[in-house]
Amino acid sequence: MSSRDAILGRIRRSLGVSGTDATRLAAVHHRLTETPVNVVPARGQLPDAERVELFVRKACEIFATVARLDSRDEVPAAVAEYLRDRNLPQAIRRGEDPRLASLPWEREAQLAVTIGPSVGRDLAGLSHADAGVAETGTVVLTSGVNNPTTLNFLPDHHIVVVDASTIKGDYETVWANLRERFGAGVMPRTVNLVTGPSRSADIEETLLLGAHGPRSLHILVVG
Amino acid sequence: MSLGLTSASFPKNAHAALANPPLLKAIAHIEETLVGGRRRAVDALPEFDALRDAGRDIKAHTLKHLDLYLEAFEKKVVEAGGFVHWAADAAEASRIVLDICQAAGARRVTKGKSMITEEVGLNAFLGANGITPVETDLGEYIIQLRGETPSHIIAPAVHVNKEQVAADFRRVHTDLDPKRNLDEPTSLLAEARGVLRERFLSADVGITGANFLVAETGSTVIVTNEGNGDLTQILPKTHIVLASIEKVVPTLEDVATIMRLLARSATGQEMSVYTTFSTGPRRAGDPDGPEAFHVVLLDNGRSAMLGSEFEDMLRCIRCGACINHCPVYRSIGGHAYGSVYPGPMGSVLTPSLQGLEKAAHLANASTLCGRCESVCPMRIPLPKMLRHWREKEFERHLTPKKARFGLAVWRFFAARPHLYGAATRLAAWGLARLAGKNGALSQVPLADGWTRWRDLPAPEGGTFRTEWAKRGRK
Amino acid sequence: MTTPKPRVGLFVTCLVDFFRPTIGFSAVKLLEDAGCEVSVPAAQTCCGQPAYNSGDRGGARALAEQVIALFEGFDYVVIPSGSCAGMIKVHYPDLFVGEPGWRLRAERLAAKTHELTSFLVDVLGVAPLPVTWEGTATYHDSCSGLRELGLKAQPRRLLSSVEGLAVREMSDPEACCGFGGAFCVKYDEISNAIVDRKAADIKVTGADLLLSGDLGCLLNIAGKLKREGSRVEVRHVAEVLAGMTSGPAIGGTRK
Repeated sequence: MSSRDAILGRIRRSLGVSGTDATRLAAVHHRLTETPVNVVPARGQLPDAERVELFVRKACEIFATVARLDSRDEVPAAVAEYLRDRNLPQAIRRGEDPRLASLPWEREAQLAVTIGPSVGRDLAGLSHADAGVAETGTVVLTSGVNNPTTLNFLPDHHIVVVDASTIKGDYETVWANLRERFGAGVMPRTVNLVTGPSRSADIEETLLLGAHGPRSLHILVVG
Repeated sequence: MSLGLTSASFPKNAHAALANPPLLKAIAHIEETLVGGRRRAVDALPEFDALRDAGRDIKAHTLKHLDLYLEAFEKKVVEAGGFVHWAADAAEASRIVLDICQAAGARRVTKGKSMITEEVGLNAFLGANGITPVETDLGEYIIQLRGETPSHIIAPAVHVNKEQVAADFRRVHTDLDPKRNLDEPTSLLAEARGVLRERFLSADVGITGANFLVAETGSTVIVTNEGNGDLTQILPKTHIVLASIEKVVPTLEDVATIMRLLARSATGQEMSVYTTFSTGPRRAGDPDGPEAFHVVLLDNGRSAMLGSEFEDMLRCIRCGACINHCPVYRSIGGHAYGSVYPGPMGSVLTPSLQGLEKAAHLANASTLCGRCESVCPMRIPLPKMLRHWREKEFERHLTPKKARFGLAVWRFFAARPHLYGAATRLAAWGLARLAGKNGALSQVPLADGWTRWRDLPAPEGGTFRTEWAKRGRK
Repeated sequence: MTTPKPRVGLFVTCLVDFFRPTIGFSAVKLLEDAGCEVSVPAAQTCCGQPAYNSGDRGGARALAEQVIALFEGFDYVVIPSGSCAGMIKVHYPDLFVGEPGWRLRAERLAAKTHELTSFLVDVLGVAPLPVTWEGTATYHDSCSGLRELGLKAQPRRLLSSVEGLAVREMSDPEACCGFGGAFCVKYDEISNAIVDRKAADIKVTGADLLLSGDLGCLLNIAGKLKREGSRVEVRHVAEVLAGMTSGPAIGGTRK
């Protein structure tokens, strides 16, 4: 007998159930297709403007920095400004995401923009989030042809653009949007929920930022 | 099995721990950091207890349908282009991982923090077969350098101080300039980051555990703060996930609910920094991500816990709150337990995994104060299960003879009120006389366990029932 | 028409019976002051908890039968201990799984069993007669009472009516004292480390009196404080509430 059959058989014996029991199958099918929502904290259930404010407050609490921009055309200047303020070279690496490609990069003549995944030599990476979650100041990034996951982890500084209109109150709303975009039960290869910069407290429980991932997370909220 | 399982010599281990001031100092921090952090996070979320109920219900539902959710999960992983392997026990899991590494021609392997790989003793097994995985979580890396096991499930190096870390780095990182200052945690972190960055970039295989397996989507989920788990799973060509069967949950909604409990209970964070869902290998046209994605599902005794008095233990999400709040753990740290999993959750789990004979001390070394259950996000009745182990120990006549005899004597008298009354009257009178004006005894025959550390307050003299009867009352 | 007095069976507990009858008499006084008719069945010994927590279900069950038979005739059973009350209220029914007759009797007894301070506050809703204690006390929340029965506010509410008494909380009043029944002698070194922290927490408050509702914890803490030469007095909360504090404290020097 394969270990698969042995394990499943033992589970069924221990529970005293059968794997073909219609009631059980129906209960599982229902849960997987209806995806019922459990308890959602009231905290994020706010009108648009307040929800974005909560997102910003929560992100700052966990050591991210946030800049609010009126329009996406301001992103290149905001990136250049961030790098300048931290005495970093005017260089940024990003994916081919059209939401980033279409920005007026030519306005920042000094800024060297390279495109593609990171192999660990970039000081700063730029990504576009698919969503934000106000409840905890979290940004949601999905991988894909134009969105390398390595950019979220290898650069020392991670700059993330998020549209204010995509900042939701809770994770459940984000899941619903993912299902709409990718289909029920289908996920992009990698979905990263990022809540602040990398940190560790493994040495004497002292909180330090920048363990293996980015030392700083800078969020540009557009709109 | 992994190295150093010494639960059988628990009292000796505890004695050594209590004579280790740096260890005791390190554990004392937990009150402010982890316990205080949890309290603040819980106070800031009014729905926390409702979430605990929901979390418990999700896990209870899943366990009742575990076979079906595992099948659903497997189907989704395969649809996404991944492989699912089933391992009945630790040896089979290790063998499967080794086979995948060898088939991939792996020379360098990185590892994210995973208690399940500790449970199966993976590092030792792979090492014996020519592949030593590099631990990349900072705490795990430190204890790997020291040749130790984790002393806490979420803070594996909580027992190590920064001077020890500096000494270990100087010993192992041979390129390190002797003049380099390693006095502060920040400089130690920078050193580890530099060394491990190279390891990440050159690894052929990355091994992680999983906090959740999502049946709805076939995703494996890891929750980390450092980002090491992500670098482990996206950079090498092959990603292996080793997870035990009870990690499966039905849907993304269910992950969301338990996520809200996990970090708050573990560290007091509202969310860990990185919560990552991995679904299959990289897709056509993807610029990065692993080319092969394997999930190894481990049973190792869990299927037998279903339907037993220990089923509730399978709700555990490994947050460590029970450990942080345990007065026994807080006195002796994790290594004294001599088991993979320390603290209350470990004392319930270890006898299932290693046999009661070797682990009987663990269930007894508890005051049953119940604080573990009161903070458990999954509302696992830990004291009740510790008591179940004590019952099994008693039924199987494993209880030490002295304790069994004492219990039998007590039982004889307690069931005979007249004899009991006479015996207690005499003993109370005798002890009161012996104590005299001092009102307490510093030495009592047969009670040296008590009097070695504290005085025994003397009885007032007459027993209550005698005094009551003297007053002509009923 | 006057309502008849509630008939209360006092389960005095084996520890109180043996070590400190004053707690039993204090409980009787508080109950009688509150208008109860109090009886103390003479054939009582122990609730069975030592056996239960040692894995001896059979032994625990035998004693549970004894206690049920002895006390089921009363309107209420009151116990000056959260630990023993928890045993009867929470655990007795579990001892009779698959025995509907006994289980029903266990459940009925559980329903009318109360820890003393909870009975006074939650069931009777009375304030004790005025008493005075000049000084500062700190209150240790015993584990079973706190976590099995939800005792927290009740003793503090009652203490707030004691003239002259200030209560100053420890940094962690809910931390276990390390007693744990047989634990304190089986794993005495660990038990000592735990009570060490409790004693330190008590000292920081500067209180001159340590109160609690469980004699097991009180013996442990008093024994530790005495060994350390501390002058903090240790008493059961009922003693102070009943004003029966003329005798020596627990482990205290006698005149």
